[in-house]
Amino acid sequence: MMSRATLDLWVGFFVALGCAALIFLAMKVGNFSGLNSVPTYVVEAPFDNIGGLKVRAPVKSAGVVVGRVAGIRFDAQRYRAVVRLELERQYPFPRDTIATILTSGLLGEQYVGLEAGGDVEMLSNGETVAMTQSAVVLEKLISQFMFNRAAETPAPASK
Amino acid sequence: MKGGLGMLRRVGAMTVDGIWRLGFAMRFFAAVLMYSGQSLRRLHLTVREIYFSGVLSLLIIIVSGLFVGLVLGLQGYETLQRYGSSEALGVLVALSLTRELGPVVAGLLFASRAGSAVTAEIGLMKATEQLKAMDMMAVNPIARVVAPRFWGGVISMPLLAALFSAMGVFGGWLIGVVVIGVDDGAFWSQMQAAVDFRYDVMNGVIKSVVFGIAVSLIAVFEGYDCSPTAEGVSRAITRTVVTSALAILALDFVLTSFMFRGQ
Amino acid sequence: MSISLVDPSPVVSLRDARFAYGEREVLRGIDLTVHRGQVVAIMGGSGCGKTTLLRLIGGQLRASSGAVEVEGRELAHMPRRELYALRRRMGMLFQFGALFTDMTVFDNVAFPLREHTDLPPGMIRDLVMMKLQAVGLRGAHALKPAELSGGMARRVALARAVALDPMLIMYDEPFAGLDPISLGIVGQLIRRLNDALGASSIMVTHDVHESLLIVDYIYFVSEGRIVAQGTPDEIRASSDPFVHQFVHAEADGPVAFHYPAPPIDSLLQEVRP
Repeated sequence: MMSRATLDLWVGFFVALGCAALIFLAMKVGNFSGLNSVPTYVVEAPFDNIGGLKVRAPVKSAGVVVGRVAGIRFDAQRYRAVVRLELERQYPFPRDTIATILTSGLLGEQYVGLEAGGDVEMLSNGETVAMTQSAVVLEKLISQFMFNRAAETPAPASK
Repeated sequence: MKGGLGMLRRVGAMTVDGIWRLGFAMRFFAAVLMYSGQSLRRLHLTVREIYFSGVLSLLIIIVSGLFVGLVLGLQGYETLQRYGSSEALGVLVALSLTRELGPVVAGLLFASRAGSAVTAEIGLMKATEQLKAMDMMAVNPIARVVAPRFWGGVISMPLLAALFSAMGVFGGWLIGVVVIGVDDGAFWSQMQAAVDFRYDVMNGVIKSVVFGIAVSLIAVFEGYDCSPTAEGVSRAITRTVVTSALAILALDFVLTSFMFRGQ
Repeated sequence: MSISLVDPSPVVSLRDARFAYGEREVLRGIDLTVHRGQVVAIMGGSGCGKTTLLRLIGGQLRASSGAVEVEGRELAHMPRRELYALRRRMGMLFQFGALFTDMTVFDNVAFPLREHTDLPPGMIRDLVMMKLQAVGLRGAHALKPAELSGGMARRVALARAVALDPMLIMYDEPFAGLDPISLGIVGQLIRRLNDALGASSIMVTHDVHESLLIVDYIYFVSEGRIVAQGTPDEIRASSDPFVHQFVHAEADGPVAFHYPAPPIDSLLQEVRP
């Protein structure tokens, strides 16, 4: 039989390991607040329609993840959605950057795409991205397409 | 006709016997809980049992977790890449592990590694009259022997399940990102986006706690209830593993149907 | 028996104690008394209810009728807490020692002391070593029970049984499976410890010769009843057929060689065509 101290040590090690695994599951696997220790800055972007965008969705520029969606709220004055983007400090973006809500694949997950402009001044913490492009809503797209077709081919009754 | 009646009678006898044992097990559970205060006050007894059921199960849990993760990574990638969404590999691996595979497979391994050992130990103590000797020395065997083993198992099980899931995710990452070359960022970000702490991780933890209680109770009960012979002990060990496996799978179904109603 | 008039406080007294496992009656009215300082042997063939009798006295089983008193207190309806308080003053040696296999010899003997007292480790060590010295196994204190011979294990169990200096020590088949030397050692220890502690002892055994050397009084049990009793001298001189058969180890007598069965002739006739 091993001594009490050794036994306690092993059990302590085991419990610590188990707790570390739990924390790993909570922080790294789950979305229990960002564990990202990378320094970030926050900008806001108002959208007319965010479609199915979710909190913690990636923010990409040229296909590279540069940040995450930190929060989504509804602006009751202008009836628009305001998306808070948490961008990594190592990627500064010009002030005339365009934020677009895009979809990965045809029916995949939605993310925010950033397209850099040519401004010399960079966005800083708390500023707003003025130019945005809303999510493409499939139903709208389809109905638009159908109306257009209807307009192109005039109904025989009107002739 | 006669064979049919005999069969019916056997079914009846099995049912009555099963219900009787269940009632007996519940009374035993109540006794264990009643004497838990007494034994938890002497914490080193429980710490010792955490060592035997937890620390000694570490290796099997870590290794199997890793392998399950590797297999999930391979199979998941195989299927996902057909639909061009191999970045979702992280989601698949993490969700399957935290919700189901972690608690269930860790529970099954725990039952066959630690549960059977507990049954064997208590059964052997009964067969060699050690429990009776303890009782004659005015030391309650339920407080001194059974309750610490029960709590040792209940504490170890969730930690082992968490370790299993963590190792599984690591295994999936190893295959997906390191070997196959799925994008590292997409792997983690999609995973984090899809795995909710409360909904997925916590429900998995709750499952593992329930399984820990079930397996520990079955293990101590079978040991305490076995007939005090070598054959009785070996049959009790078999019963522990079989009953635990059934209990885990049945409880998993019940818990899943309560927890995950398609969100 | 009118012992209660002679000695106002027998340590153990059973009056018309009966016990049944379900339908099967094991004890059918036992009268038995153990006085302070006595070593009493209960003898009988295997399966005659001796061990059950011991369990009745230890409070592990409750008599279905009759009185079982230890130190003048009736055990039948005693709550667990009081029973435990009483058991702290009883020691019991189980048939094969029942040592805790996961502890060393030292920890086994220390077990009752650690469970029931708050003595400092140093004092526990001294007490354990004293008890082990008494059974001659101080040098074996670091061994595991698996490393002991049968006789040594029995002696360690004896040291454990007397760790709390009990007033009553019970022995379940203390001589079973021992070689003649170990048997003699254990026998002498039982007597010596009993006298040194001023305790009383009850011994269930079927070893007549060793018992006759060390005990003060003997009860013979057969089929759940006491069939003979007396001091060793009375037993040796007894002409009772049961005692005679037992002492001289005869195959047939009042204890039949055959399990009850129809006469063999009837069986043979059936087989014949």
